[in-house]
Amino acid sequence: MSKLIVPVRKFDAVIVGAGGSGLRAAIQLSEAGLKTAVLSKVFPTRSHTVAAQGGVSASLGNSEEDHWHWHMYDTVKGSDWLGDQDAIEYMCRMAPEVVVELEHFGMPFDRTDEGKIYQRPFGGHMSNFGEKPVRRACAAADRTGHAMLHALYQRNVRANTQFFVEWMALDLIRDDSGQVLGVIALEMETGEVVAFHTKATVFATGGAGRIFYSSTNAFINTGDGLGMAARAGIALEDMEFWQFHPTGVAGAGVLITEGVRGEGGILRNSTNERFMERYAPNAKDLASRDVVSRAMVTEINEGRGCGPNKDFVLLDITHLDPATIMKRLPGIREISIQFAGIDPIKAPIPVVPTCHYQMGGVPTNYKGQVVADDGTPVKGFYAAGEVACASVHGANRLGTNSLLDLLVFGKSSGDSVIDDLKSGAIGLKELPENFADRTMARLHRLDTQTGGADVNATRLELQRTMQKHCGVFRFKEMLAEGVAKILDIEKAVARTEIKDKSQVWNTARVEALELDNLIEVAKATMISAEARKESRGAHVRDDAPDTAANPNGRDDIHWHKHTLWHRDGNRLDYKPVIMKPLSVESIALKTRSY
Amino acid sequence: MGDRENLNRLRWRCTRRAMLEMDLLLGEFLDRIFPTLDPEQVDAFVTLADMEDLELWPLINGSRECTDAVQAEVVALLRNVRVK
Ligand SMILES: Cc1cc2nc3c(=O)[nH]c(=O)nc-3n(C[C@H](O)[C@H](O)[C@H](O)COP(=O)(O)OP(=O)(O)OC[C@H]3O[C@@H](n4cnc5c(N)ncnc54)[C@H](O)[C@@H]3O)c2cc1C
Repeated sequence: MSKLIVPVRKFDAVIVGAGGSGLRAAIQLSEAGLKTAVLSKVFPTRSHTVAAQGGVSASLGNSEEDHWHWHMYDTVKGSDWLGDQDAIEYMCRMAPEVVVELEHFGMPFDRTDEGKIYQRPFGGHMSNFGEKPVRRACAAADRTGHAMLHALYQRNVRANTQFFVEWMALDLIRDDSGQVLGVIALEMETGEVVAFHTKATVFATGGAGRIFYSSTNAFINTGDGLGMAARAGIALEDMEFWQFHPTGVAGAGVLITEGVRGEGGILRNSTNERFMERYAPNAKDLASRDVVSRAMVTEINEGRGCGPNKDFVLLDITHLDPATIMKRLPGIREISIQFAGIDPIKAPIPVVPTCHYQMGGVPTNYKGQVVADDGTPVKGFYAAGEVACASVHGANRLGTNSLLDLLVFGKSSGDSVIDDLKSGAIGLKELPENFADRTMARLHRLDTQTGGADVNATRLELQRTMQKHCGVFRFKEMLAEGVAKILDIEKAVARTEIKDKSQVWNTARVEALELDNLIEVAKATMISAEARKESRGAHVRDDAPDTAANPNGRDDIHWHKHTLWHRDGNRLDYKPVIMKPLSVESIALKTRSY
Repeated sequence: MGDRENLNRLRWRCTRRAMLEMDLLLGEFLDRIFPTLDPEQVDAFVTLADMEDLELWPLINGSRECTDAVQAEVVALLRNVRVK
């Protein structure tokens, strides 16, 4: 039936997403001569990868001695031992190769006097297995992500990758055997729904940070890949792990860099107290991200937050010389004026811990193949970048490892498609009769709904619920209530109503469809977090405190395992962490302390 | 395309950008200031919205100057949006 309604286009491969990971995968496929379509909600070089400024890590050793094995150690430790060591070894070993390759694609890296790629220090990068800091981050001024996307995009243009810009993928197509046969997508300009019938489908849709009220992520990060995968019966892995940044502008989410506290900025509560003195008598406001974030949330939860709703704290730099602010922190003044309505020379900036990065995602192996619960590849399905969980970031991502993830697993997923085609593991299979039924029913429901829920109001409620019940510091009862609330909100999402029923550029419809994805991510996150009764990495629970038996609240006996959330019945399963690397010895469990 | 379609397309391009700062700023501008622009300013805004974020942000934060007078007017309006 579906074929009568939905036009079908055939490609060897479709890649959903044109950020760093999607573009890197596309180069592999197009240069191998495969007919490759890349779909993106926005023009490729407007993808969120642009926002990355810090850099990309690789043990090039250009400034001082470095080794991939040290990088691997740092990554395992950063992940609080939840990362899979085969994937981590693979990523760290590949890093120098993919970074140099990117240089050859035209990436304008900063250089040393001898013309080598310049490397700078970054939190968590150490030499000799955690001994002392090492310079491992490669950057192109403060526009690393932007420069990377441009280099990758140009290379794709040369390779004849076919781009479908301002197209939104809506659902995966799977047949009865579970093989993935492509995606169904909506062209925004016409409102037309089209099937991309392919031998291989690569997801590179980025993160879902917009499930939280306070997020540093751009609006585009609605977790579409996660929603599509979940609806198609693929489990989502380790979704309770989200990295938070302590200082996002309250309400807006825009990031205020750590440098502000470095220059002498002080955090204060509603009584004007410098509360960090109580939580970290030595480091005070410069304590590590998670310590500061938790202190802020404790202040707010105990009623010492600021503002009419007592829901933020203040970052005070009014005691600094205005000349210092203008000279050392110029961008911050502009951001504060623009997004907090406050000139930080005259008044403190309202801030809250803010969601920054998603560690979990669609389960993959280090080859970028999506895997079923038992570890076997799902035929025809691949994923890379923030949407995927390889899992190299485990319970906590190390800065600059994410851009690296895009390059390494973008490339390996492309190579896997090529290998799987050669071996005959995948090929073009007949589309099932009803391949578009679920999608068309969803669209029809939206077009005909009356008396339903408002999309913006429902999204806002979802975001506020996630922030309050599943934020940077988590509480048993709050999580339990949060699960009930999110399941309620799911009912509203199933009844969203849009007033605009037109076809051409109907952005109301697109936003409602994005909300369908946000709710899947929110459920996965809340339910996985409620169930994990320990603290590990970015998942910190009040009822799993630091004790002698469980340092930092981590309980390896019961919880050293990956979570798998299934949409069907909100069922949770678990699978072991892969502790065996590819060629070196396992990095044994140890307390994570810096 | 009619007015509704054009405006929706512009809205998408203003609120699905690479950087959160730009989503917030351009989205707010579209709601509050855009309806008050004259036709020349509308054209200038559309050109600005078509720029990439790392071209546009320096214009807004004043680290780069506009070369075109109407564009400079619109940038001044953008700078005064004050999302908060
Ligand atoms: C403020 C900020 C700073 C950061 N700094 C750093 C840093 O210095 N170093 C680092 O390593 N990491 C950093 N990160 C993290 C890193 O930038 C991201 O994890 C990474 O860029 C994600 O890349 P991606 O390719 O997975 O997805 P993205 O770049 O987000 O691209 C996703 C793509 O998918 C498309 N898409 C999504 N849904 C659909 C759909 N339904 N249909 C069609 N297309 C779709 C989008 O249009 C887009 O093209 C930072 C993140 C933020 C928010």
